[in-house]
Amino acid sequence: MSTERIKLPVQRRTILKAGVALGATQVMSPFVIKALGETPVKIGWIDPFTGTYAALGTSQLNGAKMAVGEINKKGGILGRQVQILAEDSAANVGQATEKLNKLVDQEKVDFTAGGVSSAEAAAMSHAANLKSMLYIAVGGHVDTITGTDCYWNTFKLCSDTWMLSEALCATLLKKFGKRWYFCTPDYAWGHFLYKGASTILDQAKGTNLGNAVLPLGATDFTSALIKVQQAKPDVFVVFQSGDDFVNLMKQATQFGMTKTMAFASPLLELEPEAALPVEARTGWGVMEWWWDQPNQPHVKEFVATYQKLYKATPSGRSWLGYAAAHSFALAAEKAKSIKAPKMARAMEGLVLPPEVALEPNNPYYRAGDHQCMITEFVGEVNQKGKYPDLFTVSEELAGEKLAKSPADKGCKMTFPA
Amino acid sequence: MSRRIYVNGAVWLLLLTAALWLPLIGGYMALASRVLVYALAAMGLNLLLGFTGCMSFGEAAYFGLGGYGTGLFLTHLTHSTVLAVIAGTIVGGLAAFLFGPLVMRRRGIYFAMITVAIGQIFYFIAERWNSFTGGEDGLAGFSRQPLHLGFAIVPLDAVAFYYFVLFFFAIGAGVIALLLHSPLGHTFIAIRENRRRAQFLGIHVERYVWASFAIAGVIAGLAGALNALQNNFISPINLYWVESGNLVIMAVLGGMRSFWGPLVGAIIFVGIQDYVSSYFPNNWETFIGGLFIVAVIFFPNGILGIVRRRMKAA
Amino acid sequence: MELLLFDAFNGLIQGTFYALMALGLSLIISLNSVINFAHGGFMVVGAYLAYTLAPYIGFWGALFAGPILAGFIGIIVERTLVRYMYGRPDPIYSLLLTFGFALIIEDVVRTIWGAQGLPFEIPSALNSPVSTTYFFVTGYRLFVIAAIALATIALFAFLRLSRFGIRIRAGILDLETVSTLGVNVYLLRSVNFAIGTLLAGFAGVLAAGILQLAPTMGDDVIMATFVAVVVGGIGSLLGSVLGGLLIGLAAGVTTAYYPAASDVVIYIIMAVVLIVRPRGLLGQEGLFE
Repeated sequence: MSTERIKLPVQRRTILKAGVALGATQVMSPFVIKALGETPVKIGWIDPFTGTYAALGTSQLNGAKMAVGEINKKGGILGRQVQILAEDSAANVGQATEKLNKLVDQEKVDFTAGGVSSAEAAAMSHAANLKSMLYIAVGGHVDTITGTDCYWNTFKLCSDTWMLSEALCATLLKKFGKRWYFCTPDYAWGHFLYKGASTILDQAKGTNLGNAVLPLGATDFTSALIKVQQAKPDVFVVFQSGDDFVNLMKQATQFGMTKTMAFASPLLELEPEAALPVEARTGWGVMEWWWDQPNQPHVKEFVATYQKLYKATPSGRSWLGYAAAHSFALAAEKAKSIKAPKMARAMEGLVLPPEVALEPNNPYYRAGDHQCMITEFVGEVNQKGKYPDLFTVSEELAGEKLAKSPADKGCKMTFPA
Repeated sequence: MSRRIYVNGAVWLLLLTAALWLPLIGGYMALASRVLVYALAAMGLNLLLGFTGCMSFGEAAYFGLGGYGTGLFLTHLTHSTVLAVIAGTIVGGLAAFLFGPLVMRRRGIYFAMITVAIGQIFYFIAERWNSFTGGEDGLAGFSRQPLHLGFAIVPLDAVAFYYFVLFFFAIGAGVIALLLHSPLGHTFIAIRENRRRAQFLGIHVERYVWASFAIAGVIAGLAGALNALQNNFISPINLYWVESGNLVIMAVLGGMRSFWGPLVGAIIFVGIQDYVSSYFPNNWETFIGGLFIVAVIFFPNGILGIVRRRMKAA
Repeated sequence: MELLLFDAFNGLIQGTFYALMALGLSLIISLNSVINFAHGGFMVVGAYLAYTLAPYIGFWGALFAGPILAGFIGIIVERTLVRYMYGRPDPIYSLLLTFGFALIIEDVVRTIWGAQGLPFEIPSALNSPVSTTYFFVTGYRLFVIAAIALATIALFAFLRLSRFGIRIRAGILDLETVSTLGVNVYLLRSVNFAIGTLLAGFAGVLAAGILQLAPTMGDDVIMATFVAVVVGGIGSLLGSVLGGLLIGLAAGVTTAYYPAASDVVIYIIMAVVLIVRPRGLLGQEGLFE
């Protein structure tokens, strides 16, 4: 897997060198022959490959690379081959924007995509706007990216925090009591989720027992868990993600709390679930995509190919990367151009075809705010299952029905004249 | 003496003409600006590290504070880029001046640890104070504004911004050079060479360490202000102790005893990080780590230390 | 009030972990004169090795084998890299060398075991609370405290009773004299470095039962460990233990009142200690100045 990852950028550099020193063309001959002197279409891909979010960023890139392979097999974008140039953001927002600017100015990429944390996605969206560059926020859920800070050049494939809260709460209210306790990581993502979920709880006339706000990167959750235990809620809603989520679940399980209350999380992901010991794999939550959809066409083939390529099962992140890369190709075909303003117009309302969507409800990029209306998979963590069988879907909710309207989100989109 | 003039002339000529030759060797102007920003911060640090002999491991605090000063100034108060840079410099320098008395009595590892402690305190303030600093997500929403020069309005694109940075770099480097040739600078070196003897000679060592610390803070604040403008963004990670460590390695790598050492170190460090992380987005940390190890084992006096020894031998 | 007691008690549990880390680091700083920034890295290596071995030799076997292997890696690193630092009086070099090595460890661990966290299973007998009131005192946490206490006692017994241990203590006080008395200082330093990394590896295995086993696991621990050593006093092993417990307690109590300050409080403590009593709680004067 690691050689697979390394290979790609090396090829890219070799090509660049080949342009300068003609002698080097031999090394890259297969590619050069295929391209026949045409410059390839370049996708600049910025994701964290080191640091805490490395696993998620790698899944997104893997999905994208698989999609690019398929696109190239079918003749590329408008007859040109497609290349991914991957750069590491290390989940460091400054580095993410530096890399985006470098890809645009130096490598002359045609589109950009990526981002796992909300902060880096929001910053890249802004940086891409300054360069009039098309950008797909693959991960990075915060509402503002397709809300108050929406841009004509930015499209968001992953759900926004409101969609996740709405999907989760609808199910929780149906299945469990209305006495809830919340646990919020102290940054934009957590605060947005809390705002959404607590509003929904209020509207349902439920009881908000409390909200433990903890710093991001906290390793010991005992203090918060003591308060939760004393409050005896029906549901304990956990907004932590990544490492924090794993640490919290591990500790809560050892305290025996998973037996006395329902745990719920607005965003479950295959990667952190796989990092949990068996006892801690429990609770309800939302997956943005799930690999096991027996009745959905093309999903089985997608999963099999991915597993063969990467020796792992595709996660929600893998699918997001895959669908994002395909979105560029689809939009270019529709626009008959790879110029950013034309592509952006073409992406508005673009429906993902079944072989890319790989989920029900025909997801599409909404015109008003450029948010993709993807399906949310609500369900329960499958404790007895073995990897990758860690989740049982109970409901598939259409994003369209969950999302707030662009006006309510405060998005005022202006295209350049 | 004449050699020094040649060296300085060559360095300034190369820096001034960077826009002409850098693209030819595969570089780009934003990279050059970043090199200058870090070089400036490392040169300020080196005043403490190489010339006064105090191992500061918390310089990123003043670097980051300069950035926040500039960012918040642009967000809330004014649209003048130059004023924002001055504001950032004052914030960074003032913090170092105020905390100087706490660190000036400590030596060796204790000096390093108290500077770390203060740096980490600032880091956590920036990280937790969501409403003011933007918290973990960082401070965005400001951008460098065109310069109003009276006769023209200059937008700060990549090339113009490089010369903008170079202008401040020249001021910073000039101040450091003047200082090192002044009695104050000679006192710093006397303290580095033998603190106790300096004390016996009636030098108030602690006051001079304070001065050195404060001046390094001013330079770091200036560099941090430029860094915030470079990215149009500032986040707590710029205050984290790892960033301090990076500045130290730049100084050591280039040569702690040389005036231009930190510049050479910054060129190598920033250049390699940029280049290698594009080749190996997953494994570039090994190269940086290896660079640290090789530098420490084989070039304890830095690249310029070797060059100087060769020249002496010849 | 009850809540405060809970938090203080929980803080002490955390503190035992910092104490164990600080003990290993303190040994290395005192005898090897190396500011070991790779200490968190060795912790991660120990945990990952234990994870890999556990399916073959069980949790209990891995609990010992992981740290011992980490100790062996420690010897290799000491012989190939760290020894170059012994002649350098300025601690900045060893600090940067190990800082670089820590980066390499993180990268290598991620390349071998993957960026994704791994599920480290602990015996289910330990995986439940001991009482309903003090439900946060789990079997595993009691086990961790007992294991750390045993390790600490064993280390102190070794340092006081065995000839080799006595030489290490003598070396901490005055390495030159020990050397002129004919003791093989090279061996002494190698073994000492290995013991230090072994303790870090042990801490890593114990931590993997509570925290996620991921390549970045050691990142935040390393600075806290330094704080524990400095607060306790550089050169004093007992001081390191006290320092670890103290910062754990402080973080725990702060969590009760103001969670946002729970990780900055240890740096405030260190700053205050360095200003008021620079040699720390039990440290000697003049070391590393």
